[in-house]
This record gives sequence, structure tokens and C-alpha cells, in this order.
Amino acid sequence: MYPSRFRYEAPRSLEEALDLLKTYGDEAKVLAGGQSLIPMLKLRFANPEILIDINNLPGLNYHREEPDGTLAIGALCRHRDLERSQLLKAKYPTMAAAAPLVADPIVRTRGTLVGSLCHADPQGDWASVLLALDGEIVAVGPQGRRTIPAVDFVVGPFQNALNPDELAIEARVPAPKGTVLGHYLKLERRVGDFATAGVAVAVEISGGKVTRAGIALTGVGANNIKVTAAEQVLVGSSLDARSIEEAAQLAADAAEPKSDHRGSAAYKRHIVRTFVVRALSSGQRQAA
Amino acid sequence: MEKRQIKVTVNGEPRLVDVEPRLLLVHLLREGLGLTGTHIGCDTTSCGACTVLFDGQPVKSCTMLAVQTDGHEVTTVEGLAKASELDPVQEGFKEEHALQCGFCTSGMMMSAKALLMENPNPTEEDVRWALSGNLCRCTGYQNIVKAVLWAAKKMQSEAAV
Ligand SMILES: Cc1cc2nc3c(=O)[nH]c(=O)nc-3n(C[C@H](O)[C@H](O)[C@H](O)COP(=O)(O)OP(=O)(O)OC[C@H]3O[C@@H](n4cnc5c(N)ncnc54)[C@H](O)[C@@H]3O)c2cc1C
Ligand code: FES
Ligand code: FES
Repeated sequence: MYPSRFRYEAPRSLEEALDLLKTYGDEAKVLAGGQSLIPMLKLRFANPEILIDINNLPGLNYHREEPDGTLAIGALCRHRDLERSQLLKAKYPTMAAAAPLVADPIVRTRGTLVGSLCHADPQGDWASVLLALDGEIVAVGPQGRRTIPAVDFVVGPFQNALNPDELAIEARVPAPKGTVLGHYLKLERRVGDFATAGVAVAVEISGGKVTRAGIALTGVGANNIKVTAAEQVLVGSSLDARSIEEAAQLAADAAEPKSDHRGSAAYKRHIVRTFVVRALSSGQRQAA
Repeated sequence: MEKRQIKVTVNGEPRLVDVEPRLLLVHLLREGLGLTGTHIGCDTTSCGACTVLFDGQPVKSCTMLAVQTDGHEVTTVEGLAKASELDPVQEGFKEEHALQCGFCTSGMMMSAKALLMENPNPTEEDVRWALSGNLCRCTGYQNIVKAVLWAAKKMQSEAAV
């Protein structure tokens, strides 16, 4: 399968990339890892006039802790870098649990977290993680830089909040406070498959009480779902069995699964409930 | 149609080739350069038969544009053996009878090679994990895993000499 014809540019500076985006707007597609875009080009689901390959842009292949403790992930940071990251293992258990579950090891060599977020596939794993962690996306365009909270970034299936002349350059996750409990659980039919259902959980505990809670679901709705009601139940609790059960029920209620080849709606709802209980009871705990 | 000249090092040899931007890497390798060891199975990024090394890391060459290899290095299964001497990974596949029809073999070997370059002493679980993006429709996984562990041992004994 060949993609349709397109012009190809691989700018070497951000200015050059932004100029191209400004000139071509809707006619352009940004190429990061290509692990979603190239299959779409081959299937002719996307027929851009021009591809703007950002792989030669300098200084975007990083993930690091900023001076204020924020985790910053550049647009060219690959899934495999996150999978091998000691920083994530030490401080971001939700992310460390999710990284090895995104696609398969070969796809992870090229695919990027920022590309996943931009692709906005409702089955995408990272979007749930960013929702649970209250992350945000940094975009640059002709008007300069702006920061978009993850909850506002995905506006529909395969639709993000970027303007056609904007490039996403970074994802950001706030510094964890207190003791952190985090997990990502995903049911897949085989390695590399999208989630039948997935659950991201991130909880901060201080003085024996939950001070912040994040819960988000993958693959059980038209988008990734942040379950605010379940988060609210957990805040102020001591993460006892009763509040966990209640949060799990609220998450199952918030899911909007459809029956398909991966399972029935009732089954997926049941998985969500079970995973929330399991993630909150067995997640990695670490002192921030 | 617009073609672009790229310079790519394939199996250690610098090549200058003209490519149309939409040409996939796997087609450059197979049809452009005659390196038919890299196979096309699914063409949808699922099977891993087309796996090659791009700057030393495994990629599915049906999901990369040839033009993207400009200035980079690509290694295919043809690049594993040195003259008449097989790579330990190839030897392992031979010793452990790790192929049936052979269709997935080159991709399996490239994923295995990438694993052993990063982790010379993998556990069985590490091997299974690293090969999980490669499908074998003959389902001979057991011997494939044994072959990679065989290669790891061989490489360790060579390193110890
Ligand atoms: C076999 C297979 C299995 C998979 N399994 C999973 C899975 O289990 N879970 C999962 O979450 N994903 C999975 N995926 C999807 C894929 O891994 C991710 O969507 C992918 O990693 C996206 O990142 P990328 O860098 O490759 O993006 P690309 O494919 O390069 O781009 C995707 C989209 O985002 C846009 N884009 C990318 N970067 C930017 C940017 N910086 N600014 C603006 N727009 C941008 C592109 O224009 C395009 O529209 C799978 C893919 C394959 C092929
Ligand atoms: S042919 Fe490339 S992954 Fe199957
Ligand atoms: S040996 Fe036949 S596909 Fe693997």
C-alpha cells in the first residue's frame, strides 16, 4: 500500500517548521514517530498535501524534571525512552506502569507520547495517564506559546485542540506531592493491541489522607474519560476499602463502553470496576 | 514526480538513492536495493516481518518513509553475517531449529539482535518481551526463544575469551 503523493519537508529549526505550518495550515500534517500517521497515509485515511517531519528539530528528545519539579516530555521523546526511564520509575508510577503497555516494543522505538496525545485515538493509553495526572500540553504557533490542560486537549475522537498552524512541543505533568500511589492497568487480547479497557490511577496522600486523586479510563467511550466523581470520593478519605469500592462503582457508571469484537459493554464495565479496585489497592506507593 | 536524493548507509555501505517521498523504507530495501531478506507480511505495522535496525534500533520498515533515512544507518538481515561467518543470532536459529517457513525469521533476528546489543544477558522473559512485536504464523515461538538465549550464551563466551 502506497500513500498518495505528498510534498515532504524536514525542517531543522522550530521557526522553519512553524513557517511551513503557517503557509500550509490544514493541508499539512506533522510527522513525529509516524506510528499512527503512516498507517493512516497508507490506508488513505489522510491525504495531506505536505508532510512536515519534525524528527530533525533539535532539542525535543528529552524528558526531565524542571526546577519546580514539573515533569516535561519533549515532542520527540519516544515511548521506549519512557519505558526505560529511571525518573519515571522513581516518581511517576502511573507513567512507569503505562509505558511498557503502549503498542509493542518495535512501535515504541519510534512512537512518541506527544504524538499519541495529538492523534487523540479514544483507545490511546497516554491520554488517560495525562488526565489522571492533571497534565497539560504546550503548543507553539504564530501567536506564541500556550498551555492546554489535558482535559481540554482532546475535543473529540481523533481531534485535538491545536490550531492548524500550531505544533505541540511538550507534555507536562505537575510535581507529585506527599506519598504517591499510581498504576495503569490494561486488558489487551494480545501484546500490542489496543485496550479492551484500561484504567489510570494517580493518588497523592499526606498525613494518612488522600489530598489529590486522578482516575481516567481508556477504550470505554468516544474519548478517554476522566472520572471526576470518583476522584472526589477519594479526596479526604484514608483510601479504605469502602471509598475504593465507591470510586470503582462511580468509574464503572461513568464508562460508556460499546459491545464489539473485544467484548460486551457489560464485560468492559465490569473490567473497569475491577481494575479501579485493583489499581487503588495494589498500585506502586512511593514517597515523593 | 518529485524525487529526492538521499544518502543512507545500508549494512555499512553508503548508498546514494533517488526516492519519491511516499516510498516506504521496506520498498526501497526490497525493490530499490534488491535486499529481499526484509519481508512484507501484514503491511499494517502488526507483524514485524519487515523489522530492520535504524541507527541500531528496531523499526518496522513498512511504517517509515525511505526519505527519513537520509543521513542515517540501516541494517537488514543481510548485514548480520560477516563474510562467511554467521552472526550468533543466525547461528542460534540454525542450532535450535527456530524456523519453519522462515517468513518471520529475518524480522525476528533483527529484534533479537537489537535486544542483545542492549542487554547481552537477557532472561527468557526479556526475550519474550523483546520479540512480542514479531508474529510467527507457524507459531514456533518456543524454539525462537531458545535460539536467542543460545546466541546470548555464545556472545558471552566470545566476550570472555
Ligand atoms: C501495531 C500498533 C499498535 C498500537 N497499539 C497502541 C496501544 O496499545 N496504545 C496506544 O496508545 N497506541 C497504540 N498505537 C498507536 C501509536 O503507537 C500511537 O498513536 C503513536 O505512538 C503516536 O505517536 P507518533 O509519534 O508515532 O505519532 P504520528 O503517527 O507521527 O502522528 C500521529 C498524529 O498526531 C499528529 N502529531 C504528532 N506529533 C505532533 C506534534 N508534535 N504537534 C502536532 N501534531 C502532531 C500527526 O500529525 C498525526 O495526526 C499502536 C500503533 C500500532 C501501529
Ligand atoms: S509488514 Fe511491516 S509490520 Fe507487518
Ligand atoms: S517460521 Fe513461519 S512465520 Fe515464523
